[in-house]
Amino acid sequence: MSDYDPVEVTPLHADELARAEADALAAITSAADLDALKQVRLAHAGDRSPIALANREIGALPPAARAEAGKRIGGARKAVADALAVRQAELEAERDAKVLIEETVDVTLPWDRAPRGARHPLTTLQERVADCFVAMGYEVAEGPELEAEWYNFDALNIAPDHPARSDHDTFFVESTESGKVLRTQTSPVQIRALLARDLPVYVISPGKVFRTDELDATHTPVFHQVEGLAVDKGLTMAHLKGTLDRFAEVMFGEGISTRFRPNYFPFTEPSAEMDLRCFVCRGASATPGSPPCRTCKSEGWIEWGGCGMVNPRVLVACGVDPSVYSGFAFGMGIERTLMFRHNAEDMRDMIEGDIRFTLPFGLEV
Amino acid sequence: MKVPLSWLREYVDLPPVTAHEIADKLTAAGLKLENIVSHGHEIKNVVVGRVLEIEELTEFKKPIRHCRVDVGEAMPREIVCGAVNFAVGDVVPVALPGSVLPGGFEIGSRKTYGRLSDGMICSEAELGIADSSPGILVLPADTVIGADVVELLGLRDDVLELEITPDCGYALSVRGVAREAATAFGAAFHDPAAIGFPVAGGGSHPASIADATACDRFVLRAVSGFDPAAPSPLWMRVRLARAGMRPVSLAVDVTNYVMLELGQPLHAFDRATVRGEIVVRRAEPGETLETLDHVVRKLHPEDILITDDSGPISMAGTMGGLATEISDGSTAILIEAAHFSATGIARESRRHNLVSEASKRFERGVDRDLPLAASWRAVELLCSLGGGTAEPGVTHASIEVEPVAITIPAGHPGRVAGVPYSKETVVLRLEQVGCTVVDGAVAHTGGAGLAASGVVSGGDLAGKLAVAGDDPITVYPPSWRTDLTDPNDLAEEVIRLEGYDQLPSVLPAAPAGAGLTETQRLRRRVGRALALSGYVEVLSYPFIGVRDLDGLQLPEGDARRRAARLVNPLSEDEPLMRTTLLPGLLKTLVRNVGRGFTDVALFETGLVYRPKPDAPATAPILRVDRTPTGDERGWIEAALPDQPVRVAVVLAGEFDRSGWWGAGRAASWADAIEAARSVAREAGAELDVRADRHEPWHPGRCAALYVGETLVGHAGELHPRVAEAYGLPPRTAAMELELSRLTPAGPAQTRPVSGYPMATQDVALIVPADTPVTAVEDALRAGAGELLESIRLFDVYAGAQAGAGNKSLAYTLRFRAPDRTLTAEETTAAREAAVATAAERTGAQLRGA
Repeated sequence: MSDYDPVEVTPLHADELARAEADALAAITSAADLDALKQVRLAHAGDRSPIALANREIGALPPAARAEAGKRIGGARKAVADALAVRQAELEAERDAKVLIEETVDVTLPWDRAPRGARHPLTTLQERVADCFVAMGYEVAEGPELEAEWYNFDALNIAPDHPARSDHDTFFVESTESGKVLRTQTSPVQIRALLARDLPVYVISPGKVFRTDELDATHTPVFHQVEGLAVDKGLTMAHLKGTLDRFAEVMFGEGISTRFRPNYFPFTEPSAEMDLRCFVCRGASATPGSPPCRTCKSEGWIEWGGCGMVNPRVLVACGVDPSVYSGFAFGMGIERTLMFRHNAEDMRDMIEGDIRFTLPFGLEV
Repeated sequence: MKVPLSWLREYVDLPPVTAHEIADKLTAAGLKLENIVSHGHEIKNVVVGRVLEIEELTEFKKPIRHCRVDVGEAMPREIVCGAVNFAVGDVVPVALPGSVLPGGFEIGSRKTYGRLSDGMICSEAELGIADSSPGILVLPADTVIGADVVELLGLRDDVLELEITPDCGYALSVRGVAREAATAFGAAFHDPAAIGFPVAGGGSHPASIADATACDRFVLRAVSGFDPAAPSPLWMRVRLARAGMRPVSLAVDVTNYVMLELGQPLHAFDRATVRGEIVVRRAEPGETLETLDHVVRKLHPEDILITDDSGPISMAGTMGGLATEISDGSTAILIEAAHFSATGIARESRRHNLVSEASKRFERGVDRDLPLAASWRAVELLCSLGGGTAEPGVTHASIEVEPVAITIPAGHPGRVAGVPYSKETVVLRLEQVGCTVVDGAVAHTGGAGLAASGVVSGGDLAGKLAVAGDDPITVYPPSWRTDLTDPNDLAEEVIRLEGYDQLPSVLPAAPAGAGLTETQRLRRRVGRALALSGYVEVLSYPFIGVRDLDGLQLPEGDARRRAARLVNPLSEDEPLMRTTLLPGLLKTLVRNVGRGFTDVALFETGLVYRPKPDAPATAPILRVDRTPTGDERGWIEAALPDQPVRVAVVLAGEFDRSGWWGAGRAASWADAIEAARSVAREAGAELDVRADRHEPWHPGRCAALYVGETLVGHAGELHPRVAEAYGLPPRTAAMELELSRLTPAGPAQTRPVSGYPMATQDVALIVPADTPVTAVEDALRAGAGELLESIRLFDVYAGAQAGAGNKSLAYTLRFRAPDRTLTAEETTAAREAAVATAAERTGAQLRGA
């Protein structure tokens, strides 16, 4: 029954254990840094430390002595372990306070190592417009920029003698009789969409257009428009107004005031101009005696774009029966929209390609 | 159109509202306010005085007069004056001390030229009546002394400047604007054209219309005994000036005044110079006419002319002839009032680059029923103001014109608006416009005659435009509304008079759309990818010149030299449409460098215009009264150039900047090719890069970019001569790629991601220096087989140890299996197979072997 070693091993002596514990605690306290503490941990709490050896001998004790020895040794181990943990924390804090501080860098140093790019706001504004209408169910239609006169004028009910068809307004290609022009508006896409698509048609078409204006702060011979067209059964001017009100809200935020005013375009009848309440004076400058407003020329309103019900003559030219279908169309200037939305005062900045103008816009307007 | 409110109020009983309130209502009706100019509001304390005494002061360099003027006060005033066009007894306007003249100019009592000047004797310019005036304004002798000059002369007025749309010719007159104002305010309208005039008594001067397509009414009235020295009265000059016309002479002023008042352009001939019968006809070959501006004009066979026995005497509706002009000796005057073809005058005006007040009105449409009344109004004024006598009789040549009749269902305007209008409302509004409305339908006759739009609607088109429906009404537009021809024209009239602001705002329910197409999404991704890589987007003009193509060093016969040419370019140096995006980008790069941004990377996405080699010369102008056929549309497309979408980048300076972290890296050919790779990646395509020689690139640093066997673009460093020609920084790099040739790949397909460990093997291969790296890499890939996960070139060495004419390529190969941990034997075998294939295909030798 008794196969244990009756000899009491030295490490188990209470005074030995106490001394080992005291040695350990002293060593821990005197450990100057984390490396030293690591050595102390090895020596006094490692596998070969006196306390660990004592622990290993517990099994050799007579059963009656085991509990008492285990309690003593356990106490010693815990005391050492606690002391180690405390010292570890102390030393780590000390290291953090010293060593890591010594590694301090100036985090305010600039890092403009990689070049910064940006997309042109006229591009991303066209995308934003497209997104607004795609969300309403429209699709984005496209057409050529060097366009046939028939699409750009005739099919849009612009008679052969219309002043816009002179070389004072329109760029002609090859000859004035070639039937080829640089499109003066995005409206020819209306015709292409109606000829190519099944009814009903709801399309939006942003793109580049050309007129023979000299470049100045508010004119550019190459500019961008967004054309909208909806042809369906039962479309009315109320639908046109609702659509443009929504569009204005998406572009300029809620609370934007709009107004419809009669105007004339050959390709729409009835036709309207969509005006926006002036962003700068909020319409106040139109009151006599108030300070003038440069933005709206004291009219209180700013022209945003033209619109109207698609002239039934245009529908006929596209093979759509105007007694069954009606439609509305609108066209807004992207440059003007950018001017209003982003306080961009000079159109020349938009076309010159100076990176200082474009960079702040980043990836989206 | 500039409309003095005092004039407007003569024809409409407007309530006491401000100019702005009137302008707001007119704007809402479609006559948009451009500007309000106020006159005379600031003038005060200017009274009528009589000159009692004039003392000429001779000691000064210019004539100075010291006058005593009775201004209706107890004592006359002493006033010094520099003008000499008045005499003792003349009645003149006097600004008293404390008075204010236009521009806030205050008059005080002061000492000048050694005398007291207790006020100022005023000229028309000083009173704001004329831009300049030669002397003092002398008033009629019977004017009441001491009266307020502003009240007396009606100087206080507001002028509305309105933008008139091309369809509203009638609104280019006070009469037309007054009619709109009367409707807008619900006020009574007094038509200034509703005057009694004699029609009987035979003709005045023989005249006939020889071409009914040129003119459908021609009226002549004659005045004799006219005093050519009679001045235009002040009130007339004030109104003309405020309406934007310069007063000239009484005869001319009267014709202009009546045109502004009624909208009927008139022409006055010196009857003594007219030879025989007047005939309205088109020009004959070789005819010329010296016009009022002393220009001898070669006439076009389509020009509409007024002629007499001597030939052309006037270009109808545009400009009169010099020979029959009213002169300061003319005592017999012929007044012409006619209705000419709107398109005829429009073409004539444009052909001769002659835009006149008359041509503007004729091409927008003039009231066909006006000539008799307007000519009489002019005759009356010439007689009462110029002492003339109206000759009996009137010449009236006229072509019968069938009236326009449009039938619509009474509910049509409401259906266009999206808000119902009662039949009463529809009829009332159309009648306010001046239409005659009757119940029931008639056969649609459309705009026969000389409609302002020039668009003939009749026959089949009219049938296609007709609107069927219940409760038809037939509408006969008034003579002054030649623009009303279609059902929707009538709808617009009703809706605008009911008020566009009354339209509800309703979002239509569009059918579900398919969103952006893959191609559209690709274009957006490409833009984002390049911007995120450090490129700034530009949108340059697509105009280029031969010099730009020369600068690119393009050889003769290069396809990019075949460009579409503009007839009327903005600049003679840039008459071509771009065939490549590079010129615009390079010039923008130079601009940025010039402004101090030496490290610059730009990109542009846009169309290039590539004429087809065998394209027909013209794109046909098709009919518009029906759908074009597929063939017709095909002919148009064949004539238009190809217009593919391209993307291009240019970059110079440092692409990776130097800084406190150390040295940076100059932009290079490799960045340009990488830009192309990132574009291709967005399309899901792997770019195959091959060495090429292609202008404008450096012959040794140019890559042709392929997807499969399709050439999609080029990239590399630009040729030094290109850099020199454009003034670019040295080693500028560029890429141009045709996006239209990249078809967006379908959805990316995934492969299982293996969790087993990888095995890495490095190899260094010696190859001849001119071996393209892609060939070696392709061989390694092919040889390594399925187990190869990735391959990366980590070093290229061309030193002595590689051997002369050789280079050493060091690769890391990573192997991994989807289903097991690879053994050393497996990876070694794969590596050896890779090397073997590279050796076989490219002659590569394992370094150190």
